[in-house]
Amino acid sequence: MSLTPEQVQQVAHLARLELQPDKVSAYAQQLSNILAMVDQLTAAKTEGVTPMAHPLGLTQRLRPDVVTETNRRETYQAHAPAVEDGLFLVPKVIE
Amino acid sequence: MHTLSLKELSAGLAAKKFSSRELTQHYLARIAERDGALNSFVTVTPEIALAQADAADARLAQGDGAPLTGIPLAQKDIFCTEGVRTACGSKMLDKFISPYDATIVRKLHAEAGMVMLGKLNMDEFAMGSSNETSWYGPVKNPWDLGRVPGGSSGGSVACVAAGLAPIATATDTGGSIRQPAAFTNLTGIKPTYGRVSRFGMIAFASSLDQAGVVARSTEDAALVLQAMSGFDPLDSTSIERPVDDLVAGLGASIKGLKIGLPKEYFAEGMSPGVRACVEAAIAQFKALGAEVREISLPNAPLSVPTYYVVAPAEASSNLARFDGVRYGHRSAEARTLEELYKKSRGEGFGAEVQRRIMIGTYVLSHGYYDAYYLQAQKVRKLIYEDFKRAYETVDVILAPTTTDVAFKFGDKSDDPVAMYLNDIYTIAANLAGIPAMSLPCGFSEGLPVGFQLMGNYFDEGRLLQVAHQYQLATDFHRATPKGF
Repeated sequence: MSLTPEQVQQVAHLARLELQPDKVSAYAQQLSNILAMVDQLTAAKTEGVTPMAHPLGLTQRLRPDVVTETNRRETYQAHAPAVEDGLFLVPKVIE
Repeated sequence: MHTLSLKELSAGLAAKKFSSRELTQHYLARIAERDGALNSFVTVTPEIALAQADAADARLAQGDGAPLTGIPLAQKDIFCTEGVRTACGSKMLDKFISPYDATIVRKLHAEAGMVMLGKLNMDEFAMGSSNETSWYGPVKNPWDLGRVPGGSSGGSVACVAAGLAPIATATDTGGSIRQPAAFTNLTGIKPTYGRVSRFGMIAFASSLDQAGVVARSTEDAALVLQAMSGFDPLDSTSIERPVDDLVAGLGASIKGLKIGLPKEYFAEGMSPGVRACVEAAIAQFKALGAEVREISLPNAPLSVPTYYVVAPAEASSNLARFDGVRYGHRSAEARTLEELYKKSRGEGFGAEVQRRIMIGTYVLSHGYYDAYYLQAQKVRKLIYEDFKRAYETVDVILAPTTTDVAFKFGDKSDDPVAMYLNDIYTIAANLAGIPAMSLPCGFSEGLPVGFQLMGNYFDEGRLLQVAHQYQLATDFHRATPKGF
């Protein structure tokens, strides 16, 4: 599997990454090499094998449905790039 | 003082030969004098260290100390530390002051009474095998300043190998404790997945990430791993199971121990120098009364391709949180919300992190999910079953940690696949979730060589016992780099 510079731009868009234009062709080459290495997996015989998502096969624990967190909004917003009146600010979304 | 073991430091503190403050000042002075050559620390925290040292001295004076109280430790900068910058090797978090402590930070400092010297350099978001991907510049290997210390826990190993900290925390997603330990003549252990809390440990690949330690001996590693381990309700993958006493069993003989040598790991690829050292370690185990036999892990050669689907897939999901809105780097150039995301992430992440995010996004995208991600999870199951089968006939598995000694800066940094193959021997343990460690077994071209021991689930105690018995019979681990 190899990726063209256009496909790399599309994947970068999906991942919300702006790539420097002069880096795109190098990325295309490197990502193609990585996918070529990964392609060894297609030869593995995996009929009937259950996919493994977690090493110990555990399910998520449940906890009682009670409030455990205290309000630390000011602490958590102290390092936000832009806040006002307890809200996170972003560029204007609706014109 | 920087040549003493943790047990000796603990005894010295108890006997009042030196105070924790004096010990801490000694290490802070060594860091100030010598870390310029290594770049192992990203942030040194002298005020916190001295305050914790004074608190430890007060605890010791009251007879209220734990075995590690007053002993300094340095933290990999992947663990959140309240009020202290936690940058994870990335420009993205260069200004991030954590509002809370990771569970292991709380356990080691607030509970065990250890003293935090500072935060250690690492590959960006733990993605790398050479420390060359750090936003803060590469860490140098104290055994040869022209060579890499390994990664991602490069700062952890460099500072301990150079005697700038008695011990350090580290993390291992595909070999990030064991490979750097092998490159710097240290003992490093990654316990069973779920044994140490991941709460407050910045996530890379959540089904693989596990915290551990790098140390100058197995005994030192056991003492700190004991204090770090245990169930944590704040980590949903933490294991609810009591922790064995990791120190009490170290002295037991390994006569009759069954050691498996996976033939796939010894087939080819190892340098002659590494092979000679690993074979000498095998001979040493035979001399200690262990039974050595060949085993097969037939799917092990598929570890690297499996990992480079699973880990980037999880990384691309985990790193989606860095959006330039709530914390982390925010681009000054953005005019729309989409531009804010794209530019903040484009500017904040380095090339290796971007590559892995893109691989992960690609293998999870519509039309490719089954061929890549699902297939990788199936092969992961086969790798796991190989280990299950092996542990029916052997107690531990012995293998090389790396194919060769530490490489030079720039040797592999332009070729991601060559860099990835560096972890060929270490990745399988993460995919299976088993405990594994690396320990010194000699030198090739004057550089350290390590070998790996892999254990069954929750068998950290036995791994450490086997390693300690080896270190009682050998002195490779006592060698330190010239000039430090």
